[in-house]
Amino acid sequence: MSTVFSVLYIYLDSIAFLLLSSLGLIIILGMMGITNMAHGEFMMLGAYTCALATHAGCPLFLSIVLAMVAVGLLGMIMESVIIRRLYGNLLQSLVATWGLSLILSQGMLILMGPSLPSIPMPLGGVMLGGRSYAIYRMLLPLIGVVVVVGLGLILFRTSFGMKARATMQNPEISRAMGVNTKLIYLLVFGLGCGLTGLAGALYAPTTVLGPLYGANFLAPAFVTVVVSGGANVILGALMASVILGVVEGSFSYAFGAVIGRLSLLIATMLLIRFFPDGLSGWLVKRGGGR
Amino acid sequence: MIRRFLRELNGPQSLGSRGLFWSSFGLCVVVMVLLPAFVSEYEVGNFTYFLTNIFLALGLSMMWGLGNILSFGQMAFFGLAGYSYGVIAANLAPVTDNTFLACILAVLVTMAGAALLGYFLFFGRVSGVYVSIITLVTTLIFETFMAQTAGPKWAIGKALLGGYNGMVGIPSLQFRWGNELIEFFDVPLYYLVIALLLVTYLALRWLANSRYGNALVATGSNPVRTEMLGYDIRLVQLEVFTLAGGLAGLSGVLYVSWGHYITPSTMGLTTAALPVVWVAFGGRKSLLATMVAAIGLQYFAQYLSMTGSQHALVIQGALLMLVVMFVPEGVIPPVGRAIGRWWRRGTKEGDPS
Repeated sequence: MSTVFSVLYIYLDSIAFLLLSSLGLIIILGMMGITNMAHGEFMMLGAYTCALATHAGCPLFLSIVLAMVAVGLLGMIMESVIIRRLYGNLLQSLVATWGLSLILSQGMLILMGPSLPSIPMPLGGVMLGGRSYAIYRMLLPLIGVVVVVGLGLILFRTSFGMKARATMQNPEISRAMGVNTKLIYLLVFGLGCGLTGLAGALYAPTTVLGPLYGANFLAPAFVTVVVSGGANVILGALMASVILGVVEGSFSYAFGAVIGRLSLLIATMLLIRFFPDGLSGWLVKRGGGR
Repeated sequence: MIRRFLRELNGPQSLGSRGLFWSSFGLCVVVMVLLPAFVSEYEVGNFTYFLTNIFLALGLSMMWGLGNILSFGQMAFFGLAGYSYGVIAANLAPVTDNTFLACILAVLVTMAGAALLGYFLFFGRVSGVYVSIITLVTTLIFETFMAQTAGPKWAIGKALLGGYNGMVGIPSLQFRWGNELIEFFDVPLYYLVIALLLVTYLALRWLANSRYGNALVATGSNPVRTEMLGYDIRLVQLEVFTLAGGLAGLSGVLYVSWGHYITPSTMGLTTAALPVVWVAFGGRKSLLATMVAAIGLQYFAQYLSMTGSQHALVIQGALLMLVVMFVPEGVIPPVGRAIGRWWRRGTKEGDPS
């Protein structure tokens, strides 16, 4: 019983990690075609906002929401100043956002120093079969599901979501149909950044906080997006994070965390060998999933 | 044909006045050869360090500027070669006193590694930005892997990998001539590096203007059309990726033989960006612009950090962003064209006929 539980815990933890850290990037890279190398820095900003708010006496839940809103707004500012010039050019956006990431991480180092007092993990833990499990970490997969369902409702059940999907598919026609595509780009980028900030804030209590906080999330987030593809964000993100999460969970359970990361890379290379448009691209081509 | 491509690919000075370009090139070589006579040994060593990094930047310039493949893997191959050289040289030096063999083997190992990764990428039809992402992830994971190789169980023969603190005591490039041990450090290493650099630059310039160079440019600008014309674009891409990996390997070997150590942080997120910054800033379509930018930006970064400023990376990030947004072709080609125009006007006015 306790072994089953611990294996399940590892899988769900890994899946939630991949899902949450990649959702914002899936929107920005998968849907909008902006290779956001500053993804990790946006997560760091989310974590920092959350930590600063918590230390100022704000309850954790509220701080997390605050972080999401703050990073979302910041993302919209970035969109109107920088990102707007980069649509349709993946490589150019990659280099420019890399510059942005250097500025954000180093700027934060100059501004706030090499580390921030961390947030204590809330809710405590439970003992099971001689091992202790953090309740907060067990909540994260649940939160992941809630966020995905919420995102799905926004994208597929609201008129904003309809306009957003139409604009990403064909901006000219959408504009001809009377959609304010400029505003849609701004809002969708803000949504992506908001989700990124949310993920940063959610994982803030689990680790130490420094300007390079986001670097740990970068590689897993990117491989998840590559495996998912941008054709259907919700299904892609779910499938990619479940498959990769199970692979990483198994290998790191058996051989340690480094081999786990390595298995993530190898699994990704094998998967894009067979699904060059990502899993969601393959699904949509087969007629499902849209 | 070749002249046209020289003009298109080799950037600033070869536009317009070829005579001007080659004479200033010759002047640069002479200045570099005479340099040790005028500046301190420390300055020479410092300059050597900057020059060792040029090879990997040139490789990236070929791959990205001509073939439109943006790889973040150059620093991974740099690290792989550095570690390979360290391992092979540490085991070989006590036996033969000749570490050039280790140098060659390390570059070959690196090229094999690049070819393996490139095979999965290009024969798997991975393209565009996904190549960048996969190479970046590979670099980061390689760094993570090397950082945990601490302790005696991570030893290959006599060489300790050393985990996060890296590998130390790596021997210089050396060989035995009769009874004398000839070691390359300080000024001799400097001359070795500039000789290699000269050969590499001219060879790459020749390659860029050869049939292969044309195929590479065609693959970069329109892969589908190139494939329809009968080229195996997967092979073309794999070849340039392997070549660039080999050049990064050469940089890595020269770096460790200069500094005698290597740490996993050479493959970190920020360092992996540096070659991309140099190449993008200078002008990725020009080998010469890449070299100038790489040297200039390294001096600039060193100047910033020596003046105690923490802003080096912020300024570099801002430079990169501004250049990509406003001068996508890089800073040096427009400057070079302006010089060329100015020169032509000058000679025309000075010409009595």
